[in-house]
Amino acid sequence: MLKFTVRRLVQLIPILIGLSILVFVWIRALPGGPAEALLGERATPEAIERVRELYGLDRPVWQQYLSYIGSVASGDFGQSVLSRRLVSTEIRERFPATIELTIAAMIFAIGIGIPLGFLAAKRYQRPLDHLSVAGSLLGVAIPVFFLGLLLKYVFAVKLHWLPTVGRSNATSTAPHPTGFFVLDAIVTNDRIALVDAVRHLILPAIALGTIPLAIITRITRAAVLDVVNEDYVRTAQAKGLEPRVVDRRHVLRNAMLPVATIIGLQTGLLLSGAILTETVFAWGGMGQWIYQAISYRDYAVLQAGILFLAVVFVLVNLLVDLSYALLDPRIRVR
Amino acid sequence: MSLAEAEAKELHVEGEQLVGRWADARQRLLHNPGAVAGLVLIALFVLVAALAPLLAPHDPGQQDLSLIRPGVVPGPSAEHWLGVDQLGRDILSRIIYGARSSLVIGVVSLGFGALLGLTLGALAGAMGGWVDTVIMRFMDMMLAIPGLLLAIGVAAAIGRSLTAVMLAIGVVNVPIFARLLRGSMLSQRESDYVLAARALGVRQSRIVLAHVVPNSIAPVIVQATLALATAIIDAAGLAFLGLGSADPGVPEWGRMLAETQSFLQNAPHAAIFPGLAIVVSCLGFYLLGEGLREALDPKFRR
Repeated sequence: MLKFTVRRLVQLIPILIGLSILVFVWIRALPGGPAEALLGERATPEAIERVRELYGLDRPVWQQYLSYIGSVASGDFGQSVLSRRLVSTEIRERFPATIELTIAAMIFAIGIGIPLGFLAAKRYQRPLDHLSVAGSLLGVAIPVFFLGLLLKYVFAVKLHWLPTVGRSNATSTAPHPTGFFVLDAIVTNDRIALVDAVRHLILPAIALGTIPLAIITRITRAAVLDVVNEDYVRTAQAKGLEPRVVDRRHVLRNAMLPVATIIGLQTGLLLSGAILTETVFAWGGMGQWIYQAISYRDYAVLQAGILFLAVVFVLVNLLVDLSYALLDPRIRVR
Repeated sequence: MSLAEAEAKELHVEGEQLVGRWADARQRLLHNPGAVAGLVLIALFVLVAALAPLLAPHDPGQQDLSLIRPGVVPGPSAEHWLGVDQLGRDILSRIIYGARSSLVIGVVSLGFGALLGLTLGALAGAMGGWVDTVIMRFMDMMLAIPGLLLAIGVAAAIGRSLTAVMLAIGVVNVPIFARLLRGSMLSQRESDYVLAARALGVRQSRIVLAHVVPNSIAPVIVQATLALATAIIDAAGLAFLGLGSADPGVPEWGRMLAETQSFLQNAPHAAIFPGLAIVVSCLGFYLLGEGLREALDPKFRR
């Protein structure tokens, strides 16, 4: 297992290097040149000269790349044109927000998707099954931002059951030691803040989690259908084991492998969906930040944001790969 | 014809005739209600896009501010079947013309992405060796960035335009198709008929072009259809984020949704109908794609 992990980590290095080169090249391909792009509207000729010296834009490209890597490694991503704050500070505040949303969406998707898929398979070709298949199809065809708008309109604007935007009440003064609002409320023992945080989390999590929900339901159903016809399940039933035990010990455990694969794939895609969801709900995470950076041509933020999210994506995929190796011993041998 | 050729074309005997795999698949497809529904939806979508000038009751760019009062944006009425938006433009006409943008973006971006991806995949699959390694490493790197993020990066670099969106979505599709075709070809390479052909002395290039590639096409067709659905959603998503064409005269479903956010309370219809348009057209391609997958999947064959 250790050897497998090390091998995977080593394979990671060229990808990370390649990513950093891609982003490095990208910022130089932007209209107006990197200095103008990084300065935005404050681009006076003197400021441009200063930035050129600072970033060494007159030095050979490979030197520029090395100093770029150096500053990234030390956490210096520059300054946001929009907020005038350090990009690294913004990341530290916004990243937990996106993680919190992503986790909530996954809990929603897995918590409903797996039981639903399982039940649909058990009641194959009956109403619940047809409903789940139709629902899955629909779930994938709805764009995340449209669903977000719909949910916002129905539950927040019309019914007033849930708040429209943000992570917490605007007048809230609750402290945020960890940056994860739900966790913070638990840690500071603040029931009001907890309820507030959860209420704000519900709609965005549902919007973001619906597509993974649809896919997980479908894959679970397919996996359970496959497994239920296997010989070892028939043997277990023939042995006289209770149906529930057969389900738990044999059907579910083996059906979970393809499902885990899909869950792993979805987690990466959630990062993309988060950009749209956070924009609709003004969530205050990395996604909304990147959206604003696009609108305001805040390229320092875009550069850091894209690189950061890409690295997170790669790491998450690595963790997922490692978890398959844990679940399925056959993978470790390859 | 020889046995090897028959196997290559994957013919089987049905009654007194040799039936091709494609005829078989077509039959299965047409008996699948979901796939047929998908075909109908797609036909509708394409027709609406093609005949937009004939079908749209109003000029999509024409504003009629006399209809708008503070806090009131008229919904569906006899004059405007789906209502108007915040500038008094007829929503039905905008949706009809928006179908054009969506179709063009979807087809062009997919065409570009698939073509480039398939070429790279075919090269990697056919030539193997270091060509394969280099191409696939590059594809891995592109896949390392989540799709929308990659699209955003490309579109931001090129600037706000239709071309940017098309290029961005095309680029996202390149590694997907490259990997797909290469994988398909690699598994074909070990097939008996390829070994037989090689043993008979058939030239490598002929084996690849005349046999391996056609037999690898089935998953590509499925993927292309599904990717078209995704392209429509992604294009709308990019427009929603403000990366699409800035031309107000060209309606685009995603941008229509983005514009409605500020007055959602007064005019939900301005968001619901474009959104539904996206869902319906997507659903069409998705249903067809799933139907094609089932029709072409060898496991389902008798």
